[in-house]
Amino acid sequence: MKFRKSSRSSSSEDDKIELQMTPMIDIVFQLLTFFIMTFNIVAQEGDFNIAMPAPGAMPIEIENTALPRKIVLVADDEGNLASISVNGTNLSFGVDDDNIPDFGPLHQLILKAVEDEGGPGSEGAQSLEVELVIDFKLKYKNTISAISAISGEKKGGEITKLIEKLRFAPPKRQP
Amino acid sequence: MRVKKKKQQEDPGDMTAMIDIVFQLIAFFMVLINFTKAEQDQRIKLPISELVKVPEEEIHDTITLQLVIRDEDLNLIDLHQVLVAGQEKSIDELEPILRREFNALKEKDENAPANATIIIRADGDAPTGEVQKIIQMAQKAGFQKFSLRAKEKD
Repeated sequence: MKFRKSSRSSSSEDDKIELQMTPMIDIVFQLLTFFIMTFNIVAQEGDFNIAMPAPGAMPIEIENTALPRKIVLVADDEGNLASISVNGTNLSFGVDDDNIPDFGPLHQLILKAVEDEGGPGSEGAQSLEVELVIDFKLKYKNTISAISAISGEKKGGEITKLIEKLRFAPPKRQP
Repeated sequence: MRVKKKKQQEDPGDMTAMIDIVFQLIAFFMVLINFTKAEQDQRIKLPISELVKVPEEEIHDTITLQLVIRDEDLNLIDLHQVLVAGQEKSIDELEPILRREFNALKEKDENAPANATIIIRADGDAPTGEVQKIIQMAQKAGFQKFSLRAKEKD
């Protein structure tokens, strides 16, 4: 217990109450430990938004039968990409060390098609439609890369949309 | 030797600086703490894409479907299941669950199901056909908007 110096100074200004720092630090460390234990690093994930109404719901008459491009991705037995073809024409593609295909040529083709229709964002470009016919076994990451190559371009932080209408055909080969 | 009887007094020194730093740390963690249980099962290795962008606003009415093909140690397993609403089901069992969700949303608001987004988190090595089946199930249940999750390039 803290006794006041009552001998001389009952009315003097020496009555400073010292703040005990030790319990304060204890509590603060408790709080800190709590926050550290409950800290959870959640990776930010991005989304690809696709509007895919059920096939039956699509209107039968389409105003412009402009160029729905059919892109066929064929898989080998292990699920890696074996070939890409666009409207029947085979496209070349490189494969890097991690077995990730490079969709550069596909991207260039789509870019050119969009430019021909009037550039990204134009009415012509917005009416372009792509149908993806993908092997059942093809690993999903290849599909995502293909969709990335088709649906947009990233230049210096800005993303320009290329193809906005994407359709999946029913899976080709069921195992 | 004459041992002086010292008072048992500890002198911790000036603790003010220590407390300042500790308060800084607490403030840091308080700002970053995230209590919302984001539906992100750690068994899924998302595919990488350059084009993904983090959605700026939180979308309402979402249903997250997670296609899990690995175990806790991230080894591939044969049994592929979909984690939906806290349950692990096979792909073929999805339809009734999705219809239930659809009806639940419809009761809330007539237009809610049409605007609801199905978020699909599938492992990069999963067969695309399975993802397509999931999408088909969701379409049969009445959903139209889909969001495929991917992560940014490191």
